[in-house]
Amino acid sequence: MVTGSALKAKRIVEELKKCGITHVVWLPDTEARFMYDTLINEKDIKLVQVCREGETVAIAAGLYVGGKEPCVLIQNTGFLESGDSIRGLAIDIHLPLLIIIGYRGWKRVGNITDSAAIYIEPILDAWGIKHYLVETDADAHNISIAHKEAHETKRPVAVLIGREYQ
Amino acid sequence: MNTREALGIIGEHRTNEVVVTTMSAFLLWPAYTKVPTLDLPLTGCMSKASSLALGVALAQPRRRVMVLDGDGSLLMNLGSLVTIANQAPPNLIHFVFENGVYQNAGGQPIPGAGKIGFAGLASAAGYRKTYDFDDLEGFKISLDRILKADGPTFVCLKVRSKEESIPYSLGATGLAFQKVKETMAKAV
Repeated sequence: MVTGSALKAKRIVEELKKCGITHVVWLPDTEARFMYDTLINEKDIKLVQVCREGETVAIAAGLYVGGKEPCVLIQNTGFLESGDSIRGLAIDIHLPLLIIIGYRGWKRVGNITDSAAIYIEPILDAWGIKHYLVETDADAHNISIAHKEAHETKRPVAVLIGREYQ
Repeated sequence: MNTREALGIIGEHRTNEVVVTTMSAFLLWPAYTKVPTLDLPLTGCMSKASSLALGVALAQPRRRVMVLDGDGSLLMNLGSLVTIANQAPPNLIHFVFENGVYQNAGGQPIPGAGKIGFAGLASAAGYRKTYDFDDLEGFKISLDRILKADGPTFVCLKVRSKEESIPYSLGATGLAFQKVKETMAKAV
């Protein structure tokens, strides 16, 4: 099992800054909560908190049209909730969007039993959304890779935050 | 008033604002806009026009952003009222055309038709200013003042729906996004 301290918020924020991210549009979740204190105190990145995950992609699309560089941070359950927004406002309009997804139910070892974890990767694959796993600080560079790919392909690209919890 | 009349008034007052349209306004606005390079028509978005407009307003704080929303549309994204009020962009004006029906789906009544107070919802969510209009003259007289005040502002326009026939079509949202992005980038 990879311990929770293996992936630090500071390291993720470093990658977001490298990508030039100006806004993180999010709804807090269990896997991403460790980032809150770091993000809220980060001067170069603004947090835009929503009431429901489907709002995030639309807000990000508006920020992008207005010349900013947003990313979205939601749980896999929230990704499923946001399905039509991702279809209509990210894929269809060719939005180069970094979507960071809390991988609820992820396990490196053993059977995954949470359906939110079971279905997320097959659904991302079905929609043609490339995805990268980030479990530790050593994987954090995948955020920059995903962001670059989003811009090169003009499509959303996902990063799955695989932080196991008891 | 009907939707076309209200759009005509908005079109007369609009200068360099970004205008996000959806539902009936999405279909009718092209006849009234004088600045199509700053129009963002949104279709097939499951009610996210208000959220999109919030993003533009946050990105472009010196430019006013109008969203021309529907009542059924807003009901589907009601949490956006709180999200918008929490961000409190002073440059956002949120119009809702309240006709009480799903016009584009065949005229079925929306849940709570005639019972909901949309402006009350927006006020309770924390919008700075909210308005209700059911007559064209009152709206016409007030709009200039509304547009000059700091928001976020919510304007509910109670429009008649029965006599309005609006042909449905899908728009070119993606092309409009690129065009508006380029227009605003040039203006900076």
